[in-house]
Amino acid sequence: MTAQLQLRSVSLGYRDRKVVDGLDLSVERGGIACLLGPSGCGKTTVLRGIAGFEPLTGGEILLAGRSVSRVGQTLPPEQRRIGMVFQDYALFPHLRVGDNVGFGLHTLDAAERARRVGFWLEVVGLAGMDRAWPHELSGGQQQRVALARALAPEPDLILMDEPFSNLDPDLRDSLAREVGELLRERGATALLVTHDQGEAFAMADHVGILEAGQLQQWDTPYDIYHWPANRFVAGFIGEGVMVDGLLLPGGDVQLPFGRIPATTPGAAPNTRPPLPPAGPVRVLLRPDDVVHDDASPHTARVLRKAFRGAEILYTLELEGGVSALSLVPSHHDHAIGSRIGIRIAADHVVAFAPSEQT
Amino acid sequence: MPAIADNGAGGQTRLAFALAGAGSGERQRRLWRALALLIAALIVAPLAVLLTRIGDADPQLLEHLLGHVLPTVSINTLLLVCLVVAGTGTLGTGLAWLISRYRFPGRDLFSWALLLPMALPAYVLAFVAVGLLDFAGPLQTALRALLGPELRLPPVRSVGGAALVLSLSLYPYVYLLCRNAFDSQGQRAMEAARSLGLSRRRAFWRVALPMSRPWLAAGLLLVVMETLADFGTVSVFNVDTFTTAIYKSWFGLFSLGTAAQLASLLLLIGFGIALTEHRLRDRAGYWSPGRGRSGTGEDLPDTSGWLATGICLGVLMLAFLIPLAQLLLWAAADASGIDASSLRAAGRTLLLGMAAAALVVSTALLLAYARREAPGRVTDIATRLATLGYAIPGAVLAVGVFVALSLTDRALPALAGADWRIGGTLVAILFAYQARFLAVGFGPVEAGMARIGRSLDDAARVLGAGSRRRLLQVHLPLLAPSLFSAAALVLVDVMKEMPITLMTRPFGWDTLAVRIFELTSEGQWEAAALPSLALVATGLLPLVLLNRQAQSRA
Amino acid sequence: MSLRSPARRTLAALAIAACLLPAAQATAADRLVVYSARIEALIKPMFEAYTKETGVEIQYVTDKEGALVERLKAEGANTTADLLITTDAGNLWQAAQEGVLRPVESAVLEKAVPANLRDPGKQWFGLSIRARTLFFNSKMAKAGELSTYEDLAAPKWRGKLCLRSSKKVYNQSLVAMLISEHGEAKAEQIVRGWVANLAAEPFADDTRMLEAVAAGQCAVGIANTYYYGRLMEKKPELPLAIFWANQNDGGVHVNVSGAGLTKHGKQPAQAQKLLEWLASPKAQNLFADVNLEFPVNPAVAPDPVVKAWGSFKASPLNVVEAGRLQATAVRLMDRAGYR
Repeated sequence: MTAQLQLRSVSLGYRDRKVVDGLDLSVERGGIACLLGPSGCGKTTVLRGIAGFEPLTGGEILLAGRSVSRVGQTLPPEQRRIGMVFQDYALFPHLRVGDNVGFGLHTLDAAERARRVGFWLEVVGLAGMDRAWPHELSGGQQQRVALARALAPEPDLILMDEPFSNLDPDLRDSLAREVGELLRERGATALLVTHDQGEAFAMADHVGILEAGQLQQWDTPYDIYHWPANRFVAGFIGEGVMVDGLLLPGGDVQLPFGRIPATTPGAAPNTRPPLPPAGPVRVLLRPDDVVHDDASPHTARVLRKAFRGAEILYTLELEGGVSALSLVPSHHDHAIGSRIGIRIAADHVVAFAPSEQT
Repeated sequence: MPAIADNGAGGQTRLAFALAGAGSGERQRRLWRALALLIAALIVAPLAVLLTRIGDADPQLLEHLLGHVLPTVSINTLLLVCLVVAGTGTLGTGLAWLISRYRFPGRDLFSWALLLPMALPAYVLAFVAVGLLDFAGPLQTALRALLGPELRLPPVRSVGGAALVLSLSLYPYVYLLCRNAFDSQGQRAMEAARSLGLSRRRAFWRVALPMSRPWLAAGLLLVVMETLADFGTVSVFNVDTFTTAIYKSWFGLFSLGTAAQLASLLLLIGFGIALTEHRLRDRAGYWSPGRGRSGTGEDLPDTSGWLATGICLGVLMLAFLIPLAQLLLWAAADASGIDASSLRAAGRTLLLGMAAAALVVSTALLLAYARREAPGRVTDIATRLATLGYAIPGAVLAVGVFVALSLTDRALPALAGADWRIGGTLVAILFAYQARFLAVGFGPVEAGMARIGRSLDDAARVLGAGSRRRLLQVHLPLLAPSLFSAAALVLVDVMKEMPITLMTRPFGWDTLAVRIFELTSEGQWEAAALPSLALVATGLLPLVLLNRQAQSRA
Repeated sequence: MSLRSPARRTLAALAIAACLLPAAQATAADRLVVYSARIEALIKPMFEAYTKETGVEIQYVTDKEGALVERLKAEGANTTADLLITTDAGNLWQAAQEGVLRPVESAVLEKAVPANLRDPGKQWFGLSIRARTLFFNSKMAKAGELSTYEDLAAPKWRGKLCLRSSKKVYNQSLVAMLISEHGEAKAEQIVRGWVANLAAEPFADDTRMLEAVAAGQCAVGIANTYYYGRLMEKKPELPLAIFWANQNDGGVHVNVSGAGLTKHGKQPAQAQKLLEWLASPKAQNLFADVNLEFPVNPAVAPDPVVKAWGSFKASPLNVVEAGRLQATAVRLMDRAGYR
């Protein structure tokens, strides 16, 4: 497998302000990656740097093996063979849907262009819409046109800037999944930036967490969620709380209301920075790590509850005043203030040194 | 257009481009900045030449003016500007509001007919108004016959009279811009205001009007500049303003230096006002109202519907129909003002206007592009400087242009190696028009440019479009309506223009405005009626087009 | 858009050349160029006659006097203009002052143009006389009540006087002549008297002023005779009469429409011929009659319409005074509040 996109200690920014600092990542051919981070973390700047809109202040970007950006050398975007889907879609309002999709195919003759436009519109499920004007389409349809337009020239890389953020949540997840499948089917390589983890997890096979211009973790969605590399990632991804615990020499972690067995018996949890072999730690408890069990000796008081259909998310006050989240099947309906029995059901430990701030 | 030529070229250029030392973006930005400065320099040159004449000013003369002339003209000018701003503001926004928000008998007709006064130069409206309304005119004569010979009405030839004529003549600028603003706002903002408990009237004052502030400010800026630079109208009313003081210093006191001194003061005032307007606009931000349905307006009940019709008709009568009728009467009585060469004059008027419009709009486009591609203080200042010419009286600017061109002409044979000269050629007159009217063309172009989202540029680039293709296939089509409005405005203005045309036109290039000048300068208003009518008729063409564009945009 | 291809570049060069060429053509030998403040209608007939007679073609451009002088100054040695025509002596004086005219030695001109109607420095010559005198409403005043310009300052005319704007050069010349005759202090007194007597704000032009007199807004006013002639041609029923001012002392104020050779004209000999022709009897009638003015050449009789106004004694002062004292006159009028 070759890297289709490679960033080597890329820095971006302006004279007085570094936005991105020393970023390394690579996306394999056919891979779909995502940069995930809160707003202002620099993810859009990275995307614009890859597209060639921003010059680098350090490092190098390689696209399909050739260097496209270095300090002082920026190949113009129009010569990079990339496709891009913009947050506001950026459809040309004066061109019909067909002409929008065909915009990047100007080197082809008219007949071939029309054929390809028809093909891509069909791929995104808008067959026959080529004569429509962009403003006549719904948000989701516009999004698909933008995607078809980006895909039509069969670029080496597709970049997507918060492509689904303008859509309503229902549509967002389904479309994200659909687009992910489509990209995979076409064997396209794509990099997506977003602040929405649902979007990221639905589409990408690799996710990078970006914060303050630095890559915090680069992993599969599963590992990002279950093995956050640091407390920022732990806090940013998913739901959960940090509670105090004691790391035992065997690798188990003792909590006031239970014990989490070592993931690899006899070894300390794998974290950055590595933990001392034993001592006090902070432990991440996901809502699914705390299960409702009437038989358990440990009880907790219900502070808040949020009905989610099949489940109820309870905010509980544990022994010692610590609060935790618990996801419970919704037929277990308890009143606020009542006490319920709980049990720790974590199958692995995510722990950090207590000094680390979050 | 060096920056654009750079890009769409063959492989060699591409390679050079890709390996350019400082990064292509910065290099391009530098080119754009240089271009903006070049344009500004070209336009500021005549003004700068004029400023060098200040050295010749006679200090004694200035003392005289300060003591006996400037106090009066300052008050008159201030009063005139205030009254005209109030008048055009009220008429412009009021009529725009009626047309864009309500349905009443004749609304569709008035929607474009209210633009017609633009085709009637203010100086023509002025001499018609004085001819009709002054003591010796038919109205007062009839009233005296009816009510006795002792009847005395307030003087027509006064600041108030001049303000009325200028308001009636200039309100279409405000009307046009505000109507666009109101149309594009859509109903949504108003509905939101009404849902929050504001009455329709309060919603107008608190929502619709503030939202249109950039447009209103742009329209009023044009009005103020026109008023400050006006000479024709105030002369007919014999109202002394800053401009007449400039002319008096030059023609009466034989001191172009003093005239330049006063003109530079006017320039400073104009610059100040332009800055204020800019700040107002910046603070308001570029309001993009989204694509809200503009709706076809609300039906007015019978009584108020006919009242609205009456108001529109009244304004149109005063500003256009009655003067037109008077011109027709005069023309019927005295057709000596026109002969075979008048047809040629009409043709040349149109030709000059179109050439100037094309030039001004192209320059405005370049300047707006430079501001977009290389935003920052350099392009800001260049823009502000390049649009200054609108604030000074045409004749004074004409001298600056003429002197600047003459200096160039003296150097030209050495440079070109041939006996070429610019003075007295079409290049000269077009250059002068450009210096004067760039502000008129720049406004709509820049506003249009602001409406094109950045991401469209980016999208075109990643799809492989170089800057030439972007310009031709993305920007130009999107800007077309704005370019068109700009061209029409410039065209109408150039056709009405007098002093610059007089001073810089090539032999034989007499326009209709020149003909009107010659006849009115000899007091032959009746004879001037026919060329005036021809000018109005020629001016209708761009107006009709302007209106169609404005409507299709809304 | 860009000028890259050679074909386009050639095209652009051609376009520029086409724009620049007309000026170069203008220096051809059998062609004269005239800058004129007299409007086209008043010069075209003469020029056409001259071309017919001599074959010399005349190109002209009209503008205000001040602009034309400034134009000559700016063009300097580069100018294509051979002759400058103005509608008053003051601006000719100013043109000479600015050094854009050249003196002409011509016995023909000195014979045709009376000495007080031409520049003592021989830089310019009057071609037609414009008399500025009094006009009255025959229903409101009698000829016997009128006498002089100075008399219009008397209290008996309070609320009965109409004047044109002081910004017009004709009034500036008139006041300049008053200064020349009476000195500045006395002249200022007279102008202040006029201002006090005004029935209405000063008018933008003589025609409107005369109409106001005819309509009875005021009883008397000052205007150039040809405006009267034109107005009466159209509306002979108006109760408007002419009165020759100052017949018992200084005489009627006269100004000239005149011309001078430009300093840097390329064909001074040709231009001098044109100027001499304009002063000659056959051209004098063309020049004066077209606008109901008086010929300068004493050998030429005016138009019958003009003749019917009767003969008058004109001021013998040299019209050069109008130029010399114009700026002083303007300041005086500013001080006196004459707008």
